[in-house]
Amino acid sequence: MIDLSVNFAGIKAPNPFWLASAPPTNSGYQIMKAFEAGWGGAVWKTLGVPVVNVSSRYGSVDYRNTRMMGFNNIELITDRPLADNLREIEEVKKYFPDHAVIASLMVESRKEWQQIIKDVENAGADGIELNFGCPHGMCERGMGSAVGQEPEVLKTIVEWVTEAANVPVITKLSPNISHITDPGLAAVEGGTDALSLINTIKSIVGIDLDSYAPYPVVDGKGSNGGYCGPAVKPIAMHMLKDLAQHPEISKVPISGIGGIETWRDVVEFILLGATSIQVCTAVMHYGFGIVREMEAGLRQFMEEKGYNTIYDFAGKALPNVTEWKHLNLKHQVIAEINQDKCIGCDLCYIACDDGAHQAISLPSDANNRIPSIIEENCVGCNLCSLVCPVEECITMVKTDDGTEHITWNERTLNDDVPVTFDDDRAGGKGHFVPKPSDALKVAKDK
Amino acid sequence: MAEYKKPTTKEEFDKNFKQKKPLMNDTEAYYEASRCLFCYDAPCIQACPTHIDIPLFIKQIHTDNITGSSKTIFDANWLGNACGIVCPTGVLCEGACVYNLQDVPPVQIGRLQNYATNKTISADKIIFKVGESNGKKIAIIGAGPAGIACACEARTLGFDVDVFEAKSNPSGLMVHGIAPYKITNEEVLKEIDYLQNQLGFNIKYDSAINSKEELLKLENDYDAIFLGVGLGKTATLGLDGENKEGVIGAVEFIEELRMKHHKTQVPKKVVVIGGGNTAMDAASESARMGARKTVLAYRNSKEKMGAYGFEYDLAIGAGVDSLFNVSPIAIVGNGKVEGVKFAKTEMVDGRLQTNMNNTFIVRCDMVIKATGQAKQDGFYELIDNLEIDSKTRIVVDETTFQTSNSKYFAGGDAINGGAEVVNAAYDGKMAAQGIHQFLNN
Repeated sequence: MIDLSVNFAGIKAPNPFWLASAPPTNSGYQIMKAFEAGWGGAVWKTLGVPVVNVSSRYGSVDYRNTRMMGFNNIELITDRPLADNLREIEEVKKYFPDHAVIASLMVESRKEWQQIIKDVENAGADGIELNFGCPHGMCERGMGSAVGQEPEVLKTIVEWVTEAANVPVITKLSPNISHITDPGLAAVEGGTDALSLINTIKSIVGIDLDSYAPYPVVDGKGSNGGYCGPAVKPIAMHMLKDLAQHPEISKVPISGIGGIETWRDVVEFILLGATSIQVCTAVMHYGFGIVREMEAGLRQFMEEKGYNTIYDFAGKALPNVTEWKHLNLKHQVIAEINQDKCIGCDLCYIACDDGAHQAISLPSDANNRIPSIIEENCVGCNLCSLVCPVEECITMVKTDDGTEHITWNERTLNDDVPVTFDDDRAGGKGHFVPKPSDALKVAKDK
Repeated sequence: MAEYKKPTTKEEFDKNFKQKKPLMNDTEAYYEASRCLFCYDAPCIQACPTHIDIPLFIKQIHTDNITGSSKTIFDANWLGNACGIVCPTGVLCEGACVYNLQDVPPVQIGRLQNYATNKTISADKIIFKVGESNGKKIAIIGAGPAGIACACEARTLGFDVDVFEAKSNPSGLMVHGIAPYKITNEEVLKEIDYLQNQLGFNIKYDSAINSKEELLKLENDYDAIFLGVGLGKTATLGLDGENKEGVIGAVEFIEELRMKHHKTQVPKKVVVIGGGNTAMDAASESARMGARKTVLAYRNSKEKMGAYGFEYDLAIGAGVDSLFNVSPIAIVGNGKVEGVKFAKTEMVDGRLQTNMNNTFIVRCDMVIKATGQAKQDGFYELIDNLEIDSKTRIVVDETTFQTSNSKYFAGGDAINGGAEVVNAAYDGKMAAQGIHQFLNN
């Protein structure tokens, strides 16, 4: 019997699908609509001293026929009076007592923090999330990512908050930093009950070629925005992994955020240690109904794998994410092209010839476009199988017998690594590379 | 079974002759362009007679560089817009698209090409440059696709160009001979205007060159002459009663239709004789003009037809009936056509034989002969040393398009016996290069 309910640092919810603090959680209306649609929790749009916003506010990166593959915004925290938000929090909790309503907060002084915490607790919030991430606008005023980028300051504020709060405290981290473990550890040391990440990434999504201003253009000018959407998922997952593998930080639960749109994204975040996930861009693109696909897919995955709760597989990929130096240098794969499936686009050929290791050849017969792998040149890099537009046409086949295992780390310990510029132990020594002048011949043949 | 009501107004005509490849809108073009895989050494480029860099122009559409996309197209093919619409893309570029091998519909290359060039033409974007004058002059006979392509290319190379056209419209069969559901007159003429405005070649209309004297004058006044004369009127079949009222050649029928639209008279029952693409067009057009019954009659089997399968399907879809293995032996009727007498044919020892013991008459009010166009051999005889092959095609050098008379170059239907607009466009362009090379040596 699959049970999707979660207990996240004491915050209970019917499922791990939460809305991130963002435009979709701007009002009680939206959050109630989301809960009706199937979301298990919502982090309220950040509360604080209400702001004044600009028009317009969003920009997007479209790729091929996909709109909003990347998305950025220059919208600030809530522009609605606190009293209105508090009243609506109370109302939402009345209708949905079992759903998680978390108040995202961003204020300046210790006094303000203590006051607003009391206010949201009185309104019935199940938890608090500290917005230390906004990389636009608010950071210019010493808040948001300005805090997230200063572990010491962050720690102090977390201390103020945990001292005053009776409900669980989640610290939301900014990715605009070299080592995510620095603010992560500071938050844990400050007493946070949980972490969430990532907030948006400082970005410019494009330049208008007529006004020469970045998108979104506000009267001829623009500002850096916060980047999110499917494009940021790889960065988010890497940072999640760093936190989840850290012995101290991983003692608190982590809510995963960053480009999550499908059930598969959800599963991947959970496999890297997240025990709730937060979504914004996918909802801004498709509406709250997108959760149907996530939930159905997650259930299907769990059923097929025999899991009852998400805790059964949370963090399951973490032991397999290691440092490069621990990878087996004896493992060898070679590309194999299925001649029957190949449609002759020859993208693998040109990708390999121009972009990799010149390990694919074309037949000399001009009517035959089916390429073949030059096995002795193939380093198993994967590029051909990635560019191939046909499902399962190019596969990477293991060619070593699996009996040998040696890592860079072990070779270093054995004093068996290249150390001089022309060392005989260079991995590519003797590996086939065409003569530079062969390039001219290829161009001429064309 | 008649599918179409006889059109009596322009609107009804346009409805019956609805464009087969309508212009794409921006969204459709954006999504369609995104499907292109950007194949290496793309098969579509190889399949295009003018070798347009198709993956590049599609990528340029997708990246909103429509002007650049049009440049890519026109760089290879001066009639890029018309070809995007009228090319039999299913057997050329789109037929070569690798998606076909994946049982996925190929990228709609023709419509994308039309989308890009139409946009550029409609915006009247200046994208061509006339070459610095080289002081030399070229005369072009025939303002069809071969002649226009030759004129454009020659202007970029710095030649002065005069085109001599027998009719009062440019673009030859593009306006006079292509089925109206494939392209409109406006679309064809718009492109020619666009080219002419930027490249500044002269077209002298109603200026047929028919005599030795006229040719001698051209030879005297110009440094080179390009023959883009196409083919002649529909050839005669030599049938009994062929000159009865109501017997018309397909070329003449289509020309009348293109010029008069819904005012063209098409009676109730029509027989179309032939099995090529022109026969399919004529039959389809007759049906779309509201004929109650249109019968396509071909002397051999369905498999032996010269027409593309999709052209046949289009005619059948318009309500045309077909008769195979029938050979016309006489046109019957009292002054006016009343029917066609056919004899059954059969294959005997690999040869098609007519069985005169098995004949029948198909009643009709009109006969359209789509059995090929006459050659211009009378005209060719006026030119000294002009080599003509056994099929009355002008023989040219395959790279320079120069004829056996070094002053003359040729291209289009006159050298291939009747092919696509795109072939003519390629020939004309290459001939201009050939002339340039010849006169510079």
